[in-house]
Amino acid sequence: MVDLAMNRRRFLEGTALLALTGALPSGCATAPQTGATASLNNVLVLVELNGGNDGLNTVIPYADPLYAKLRPTIGLPREQLVQLTDKIGLHPGLAPLQSAWAERELAIVQGVGYAEPNLSHFRSIEIWESASDSDELLPDGWLARVLVKQPGAARRPAEGAVFGRPSIGPLMGANARAVLMDSVQNFANKATKVQPLTASGGNAALAHVVRTQGEIARAGEMLAAKLQAKPTPIQTPFPKTNLGGQMSNAARLIASGADVPVIKVSLGSFDTHTYERNTHDRLMAELGGALGAFRLAMIETGQWSRVAVMTYSEFGRRAGENSAQGTDHGTAAPHFVMGPGVRGGFHGKAPALDDLADGNLKHQVDFRDMYASVLKQWWNIDPRQAMNRTGADLKLFG
Amino acid sequence: MLKFVVNCVLAIAGSIALAGPAGALSPDEARHLLLRTGFGATPMQIRALEPMDRAKAVRTILDSTTTEAVTPPPAFMSNPRPDWPAHYKSTDEDAKGVFNRARDAEAVQLKAWWYAEMIATPSPFTERMVLFWHNHFTSGMDKVRHTDLLFRQNALFRTHATGSFRTLLQAVAKDPAMVRYLDSQANKKAAPNENFARELLELFTLGEGHYSEKDIREAARAFTGWHMNDADGQFRFNKGQHDDGDKTVLGKTGKFDGNDVIDVILAKPEAAQFVTAKLWREFVSDTSDKAEINRLAKIYRDNDYDTRKLLEALFAAPAFWAPENRGSLVKSPVELMVGTVRTFEIPVADTTPFVEYGKRLRQDIFNPPNVKGWPGGNWWISTYTLLERRELVLRLLNGSDLGAAPGGGGMGGNAMGGNSMSMAATPAAAGAPDPAAPKPVPGIALWVNAHGDLAKSADGAAKLLLAAGPVAPPAADKTGRAMVEALVLDPAYQVK
Repeated sequence: MVDLAMNRRRFLEGTALLALTGALPSGCATAPQTGATASLNNVLVLVELNGGNDGLNTVIPYADPLYAKLRPTIGLPREQLVQLTDKIGLHPGLAPLQSAWAERELAIVQGVGYAEPNLSHFRSIEIWESASDSDELLPDGWLARVLVKQPGAARRPAEGAVFGRPSIGPLMGANARAVLMDSVQNFANKATKVQPLTASGGNAALAHVVRTQGEIARAGEMLAAKLQAKPTPIQTPFPKTNLGGQMSNAARLIASGADVPVIKVSLGSFDTHTYERNTHDRLMAELGGALGAFRLAMIETGQWSRVAVMTYSEFGRRAGENSAQGTDHGTAAPHFVMGPGVRGGFHGKAPALDDLADGNLKHQVDFRDMYASVLKQWWNIDPRQAMNRTGADLKLFG
Repeated sequence: MLKFVVNCVLAIAGSIALAGPAGALSPDEARHLLLRTGFGATPMQIRALEPMDRAKAVRTILDSTTTEAVTPPPAFMSNPRPDWPAHYKSTDEDAKGVFNRARDAEAVQLKAWWYAEMIATPSPFTERMVLFWHNHFTSGMDKVRHTDLLFRQNALFRTHATGSFRTLLQAVAKDPAMVRYLDSQANKKAAPNENFARELLELFTLGEGHYSEKDIREAARAFTGWHMNDADGQFRFNKGQHDDGDKTVLGKTGKFDGNDVIDVILAKPEAAQFVTAKLWREFVSDTSDKAEINRLAKIYRDNDYDTRKLLEALFAAPAFWAPENRGSLVKSPVELMVGTVRTFEIPVADTTPFVEYGKRLRQDIFNPPNVKGWPGGNWWISTYTLLERRELVLRLLNGSDLGAAPGGGGMGGNAMGGNSMSMAATPAAAGAPDPAAPKPVPGIALWVNAHGDLAKSADGAAKLLLAAGPVAPPAADKTGRAMVEALVLDPAYQVK
């Protein structure tokens, strides 16, 4: 099983390499690098689960009797789950991730959170996106801080592309360039008609408009050229959902070969205070469907070897359900990292359901160790460029 | 020091150029006040303010505040309230679909109605305050679904637009749309729901860091039983679900109900500071000035949260008028769109297209992105929205999609009607447009015709239209329409 997966993975890397070298100029490496220089040709796709995803109804400890006790009405019965082990199952909406799991391309990091958890949506997402301590205010996004330090800025249309919810989050500040788009093709079409300005704006607001206009013109020109060189559409169908549309655009952008190291998409709202199952079941299906299609599209276009997908969310939810068949703001939750370079299987540790703090799950893995693993193993960047951590304990790739 | 001298010289030069009555506003100051407190500015409005001094000009704007909309309510408000209890009980998926689509159609009417009011109102400042409160006490169609409740919440913001914040907050806590939006309906004695209490402390009054998780849980108990009746859409105090025991909130203990908790919160200076800081960002600057904000917040608290008193002090603050703060705030999408319509006096027969425009520009009114509302400021401008904003401004100026009456609604006669704008939305003419009818007069041509004397040069036009000098001044050979087009596409048109 493992051997087969490995063989298939090498095969994929090979086809990706062929596809790329066939159509692109030099300088477009593919597989994860082991050398000393950063390899920003690897792409990180971030999926923001906006509103605080209920981890206990995502990666479900169905064999633990406490689960059914904490979730008398909103708990999922064992027979509906995608069973991963004799203790843990996935929400049925995530069934499209089964093949990635079987190929050991899906890492499930359990118990992710941070010390002194903050239960405000807005403060907690800031903590996640700036990679700060709970009581520390950092002005810039963790990826913005790191990416602007990497060589090759002139070759990149932008450090990141953002689809969906208009929040650039981890790409904010530090003079990083984040391009928000509705669709890659529309953006390129419109942006090529905009002129960059030679003068700069006076005050900060005006300077922001001028700078944005410059980013439009520059990214538009580079993306239009890439799209023109690779006009072939992707055959893999995407679900006709909001996230499906975003992931389809992410796939188009990656397949064009444009040098954009980060793509952020978003899904929500996961803020399921009341009647959670209606909303959460729909969102899980939307997530599973879009990620499943995205993986197939990347395999189809020979790009999969340079892609990793990672989910994040401001927090998980309270272990026990509330009186309105919902859950209130919580703390730790599991997250997914998916890609052929990923070390599939479980990482971290599921929080014990009989050891809660104020009704909340205790975190087992600091979210920044996930980031550190991505930086070090996926991009070969020293994590200390972004934060005071090395992430030595978590090896999500390899 | 040198900078100071230069500023002084410029200030003196400016006051000489003025040659108006003592303390009278310069044209730049008049335009600044209008852009900051309303939607755009016509040359006539600028002229009307010029003879006044700052205090009088501010008073004129504050005195214009109204508590009722001038636009008749959307049509669905005259219908009987939909039978929500039956809808919630129904298992007929087809019927439920029909019901839901009817509500979605009403939401479009509701949004178009508010755009019409913003365009027609004699007091744009009132609508700016209604927008402010809508973005402070957010409620969204996606969750509320009851369109009549959202209409009534909007009216509530107008009633208290510049009134007492305490009264407004008490009313919001019982507002049926809010009861739905933040799950007060599920807040019961046996199992309190924290959603409203959390946002009350975090987003409505004190701000993050000035309360504990325990304060949230205790405050939630005080609001238990503050429900609404699905059948009639009214607030209902559910005594059986109210926890009348002792609560400890922010260090105070008592058998608190919701209003008591509001009083405990508003006794804290941080509450006044939090709301004042938000008004500062709305009207003065993206950069906070703690000393000034605390000074103003004290005025607010000393006057028992009389919002009008605070606004008088805010608009008198030196920072509000400081030249370096002019043109330093990004226009919200609503300000950009409604401001363009009002500035160019574009005849608008049907405001429905604005609903879609607002969505594209990321300000879907009555549907903020989350309970924190739109972040505002530079967030409005991204690579995506800037492209859309430029495109939409041109569409508005060319009269596209607006269902403008042929001939531009009589531009010659009353288009210059100052405050009494002749562009209240009227029902769109039914049926396809008559191909033989003359093309609508584009707003841009109208403006150039009407103000040719003021806008002979790009320089003169820029002073009327832009809050800051153009980043890329139009070439000298550009005149009339081409010149104005270049100015509205300039980055300076995006700021106020």
